[in-house]
Amino acid sequence: MTDRYETLAARIDERFGEQVTRVASICGELTYEVDKGDLHAVATSLRNEGEFGFEMLVDVCGVDYLSYGRAEWATSSATGTGFSRGVEREPVILDESDEFDPKRFAVVYHLLSIHHNIRLRLRAFTGTDNPPMIRSVVDIWNGANWFEREVFDMFGILFVGHPDLRRILTDYGFIGHPFRKDFPLIGNVEVSYDAEKGRVAYQPVSIEPRTLVPRVIRDDNRYSEDLKDRVDG
Amino acid sequence: MAEIQSYTMNFGPQHPAAHGVLRLVLELEGEVIQRADPHVGLLHRGTEKLAESKPYNQTIGYMDRLDYVSMMCNEHAYVMAIEKMLGVEVPIRAQYIRVMFDEVTRILNHLLWLAGHGLDIGAMTMFLYCFREREDLMDCYEAVSGTRMHATYYRPGGVYRDLPDSMPKYQESKFRSKKEIDRLNSIREGSLLDFLEAFTEKFPGCVDEYETLLTDNRIWKQRTVNIAVVSPERAMQLGFTGPMLRGSGVEWDLRKKQPYEVYDKMDFDIPVGLNGDCYDRYLVRIEEMRQSNRIIKQCIDWLRENSGPVMVDDHKVVAPTRVEMKDDMESLIHHFKLFTEGYCVPEGEAYAAVEHPKGEFGIYIVSDGANKPYRVKIRAPGFAHLSAMSEMVEGHMLADVVAVIGTQDIVFGEVDR
Repeated sequence: MTDRYETLAARIDERFGEQVTRVASICGELTYEVDKGDLHAVATSLRNEGEFGFEMLVDVCGVDYLSYGRAEWATSSATGTGFSRGVEREPVILDESDEFDPKRFAVVYHLLSIHHNIRLRLRAFTGTDNPPMIRSVVDIWNGANWFEREVFDMFGILFVGHPDLRRILTDYGFIGHPFRKDFPLIGNVEVSYDAEKGRVAYQPVSIEPRTLVPRVIRDDNRYSEDLKDRVDG
Repeated sequence: MAEIQSYTMNFGPQHPAAHGVLRLVLELEGEVIQRADPHVGLLHRGTEKLAESKPYNQTIGYMDRLDYVSMMCNEHAYVMAIEKMLGVEVPIRAQYIRVMFDEVTRILNHLLWLAGHGLDIGAMTMFLYCFREREDLMDCYEAVSGTRMHATYYRPGGVYRDLPDSMPKYQESKFRSKKEIDRLNSIREGSLLDFLEAFTEKFPGCVDEYETLLTDNRIWKQRTVNIAVVSPERAMQLGFTGPMLRGSGVEWDLRKKQPYEVYDKMDFDIPVGLNGDCYDRYLVRIEEMRQSNRIIKQCIDWLRENSGPVMVDDHKVVAPTRVEMKDDMESLIHHFKLFTEGYCVPEGEAYAAVEHPKGEFGIYIVSDGANKPYRVKIRAPGFAHLSAMSEMVEGHMLADVVAVIGTQDIVFGEVDR
């Protein structure tokens, strides 16, 4: 990590103190975790205060941490039956609880300061609310409008204070939030032309989902703990 | 009779000027636009979700299909993000090849943009001129990757293979005479670099041709000058990048400001506009083509002088060649593992951005240490630009909508993802 980023990190720590927590990075990027209650205030300061000057919001990204770190295929020990490529498909975990795991949904903001030529990433978890809710930043960066609409569409995260929170990428009348981890890759419905009714009709999907390459997590010594803790990449 | 104050009009999704599948709901007062509401997503394929279900390398092909007129630049951002997380250092020759093809791609993109934009606002000839040159560059794509569009040429660790010594040639057919074929093949006798060098010699003249047709053209200026003016402050506020931002006078180019690969060794200039209207953005893009041409020339010179590997020599990430695989057990194992399972990327996250022809194209990857990404987010420049559509067309005439769509250089492959 370059000195410029260290200087910025020091200034952010000094200015915001308890409000932000630095997250370790594997490749020299600066990431801070912000409590969703503080997000709006922190973002406003980051934009307006000259020493930060993040005048541009590059991206807003939703992340669903539901199945984070879960592999489909054990790699730690040998089996008595040998290794097969077949994967028992785990049933889709439908999370319909009233309260979500507080670490389930996160919204990630990528900021850019053109003046200082520096980037910063903010991450805010949406907490236990169902539906997840977070304060919109459209009033700080107008460009966030569509990015937040997309996150709402894909993850169902509600942005409080957004002027026009409609679905954006999915079809008119679409049900569900496709990028949630409990939404199957092949979807829930398929469309076909119904000759009798004389129109296109929806019906539940008829094809079986399959896994071509199982998801595996390997213990790789090259990326072991000592590297993970390294902040300077 | 009731007096109609304003009315709503539907534009697209199937409209020649909609550049793909854009549906616009326009609120008009007479012929003046009050509000535009773009409906996007008709080309949404869920690329990000698909990427989560595949090993890293299998998604490179999907990247081509995002912005399908600047294929290799999309790949570039994706492989850069992976390399960043793996900590892979790309061989210098591969970096030069990547820079060269990024610039070839930039010219390809800008030519298609100029062709389409010209056609939309009444300059028919541009279309024919631009496609003539595009054809040559597509041949370069074909020579290195075997396909004219969806190359999948960049791989984590370098590029798929070194530049070829020969160009694909036209074959005899009943549609072309022998003489015609000889003429077409005469520039294809040498290597790819010879072909590309001949192109760079000729291309500035072609850009002059386009400029003779457009730059001082009265109709062209009437359609573009003072249309959709964006101030630099607004451009930053709205998340504009690339020529859209530079057209408004902000000197910001990732190739200069946050150089990746060997851009810091290249000699080129960044054009900026003054007024932030469609005409300035046109001028910026035209000049970018000339600058790209300069960069390609520098890359050709370097690539001629220096040889070397184009892929890292790390079989944990890059598959061994088929020849190695056939007579070496170790290589066979690596080959098998890479093609059945892929490689695992360390836990963490990375954001890599390139100066794509349309703006900042970024890939944000979250990895939990598996052989598939946990989350891939594609930051498409066109998405941010299109979101400013309403603001840009407000108060303009209906006919200016197509000029604005053109000036934003919208491609729905990347907007809808």
